[in-house]
Amino acid sequence: MREPETIAPPRHPVRLEVNGARHQREVEPRLLLSDFLRHELGLTGTHVGCEHGVCGACTVLLDGEPVRSCLLLAVQADGRRVTTVEGLAPADAAGADGARSPHGGPLHPLQEAFRETHGLQCGFCTPGFLMTLVAFLAENPDPSEEEIRHALSGNLCRCTGYQNIVAAALRAAEMLRAADGDATPRPPIGTAETPGA
Amino acid sequence: MKPAPFAYHAARSAEEAVGLLAQYGGEAKVLAGGQSLVPVMSFRLAQPAALVDVNPVSELDFLEDTAAGGLRIGALVRLRRLERDPRVAARAPLLAAALPHVAHPQIRTRGTAGGSIAHADPAAELPCLAVALDARLRLVGPAGERWVEAREFFFGLFATALEPDELLAEIELPPRPPGEGWAFLEIARRHGDYAQVGVAARLVLGSDGRVAAARLVYLSVGDAPMEATRAAASLVGEAPGPAAFAAAAALAASEEIDPAGDIHASAEFKRHLTRVLTARALTAAAVRAGRETA
Repeated sequence: MREPETIAPPRHPVRLEVNGARHQREVEPRLLLSDFLRHELGLTGTHVGCEHGVCGACTVLLDGEPVRSCLLLAVQADGRRVTTVEGLAPADAAGADGARSPHGGPLHPLQEAFRETHGLQCGFCTPGFLMTLVAFLAENPDPSEEEIRHALSGNLCRCTGYQNIVAAALRAAEMLRAADGDATPRPPIGTAETPGA
Repeated sequence: MKPAPFAYHAARSAEEAVGLLAQYGGEAKVLAGGQSLVPVMSFRLAQPAALVDVNPVSELDFLEDTAAGGLRIGALVRLRRLERDPRVAARAPLLAAALPHVAHPQIRTRGTAGGSIAHADPAAELPCLAVALDARLRLVGPAGERWVEAREFFFGLFATALEPDELLAEIELPPRPPGEGWAFLEIARRHGDYAQVGVAARLVLGSDGRVAAARLVYLSVGDAPMEATRAAASLVGEAPGPAAFAAAAALAASEEIDPAGDIHASAEFKRHLTRVLTARALTAAAVRAGRETA
């Protein structure tokens, strides 16, 4: 067995952008990105379920790609761009008079679709489903039901709500395709300016 | 915080990573995608003294064609990139077919080709594919580099030819034989879960329409990727078809593959799946081979 830690472990700097805002902290290397988002930044929309990479509730976008934030160290997000569920409906976004998020922004079409089709019950798993789907629909604007089910295979819902979650994804795809026909299409969420950097 | 404390080093080169591994004398772990390592650290099943993060090592992140028609895959290449790259689909279609079965999209975004092979989980797809595709692996250590055949790399459960101060740097796939058919099949309770049994099959038909060469490699039926060499050899010279495939499948399932049961499937059920999947995979591979040679 290892001796108990008696001295403060060394901390490492983390500079990253979360939902468009820059942050800098000094953290222990063992701090997971999920806990960093929740405890250091107060972004509690990212939920932690299993904390070992099975449930998908903590899914966020890292440079536009979905990742499990409980399987990343916060120090590994240094220099990267993270988007959490709070970034889907930012308070400063302009929008129509529809439903608004708790942060005051107009709901993202995906959130609208979940609301419309009753794609959530208790809501615990919802942020992970939303972040997985926002990336999936950006890559697959017109998916089949089967493709959606495969894309969502890494997200667990214990209210047994998959039927309506799939319906929400289909509805959101429809809404996003319609929005893409507009003069000012919605910019992709959280995509890095320099992919792979 | 879930993992136990550890020292963190972000390596900038393979040489620096290897130096750090040597410095910790087996007490450090390499952090690549982290999709298997971080969960076991969160459970505190693993408590390494240090992590050597190779994510910043750009020299390990490459995907190149070889002049011979194969592929060179840097150890740090993400599984999502392999899944999307048309060169993988063209030059290693068997690998491309297996990739969507590797866990879930969020895992493939981070998980790396080298990490999966070095971790050597016998239920994982990449080790099985490395053996089935006759991959060569480039290992870098303090004394320089060496090449190891994938067939010689997997020793057993999570055990490989890698020394504690060595790093898997590259996976080289040889060119695909002309006219080869292939198939990857697995059965899992839910798409993306660890398979109960999986098989990678390769089949080459000769100009006489008979089987000229065959390979059968399995996952989740032993401590490492398992090969049914006698079943594959029994096909050579035979006319491809249900009779030959059923006989080979029976031979593989009754005499070569000897799975242990686990909580997801009994040994008997795994043996059954081995037989059924072998016949199906050979049938699909023969159809593809027929198309190629037609």
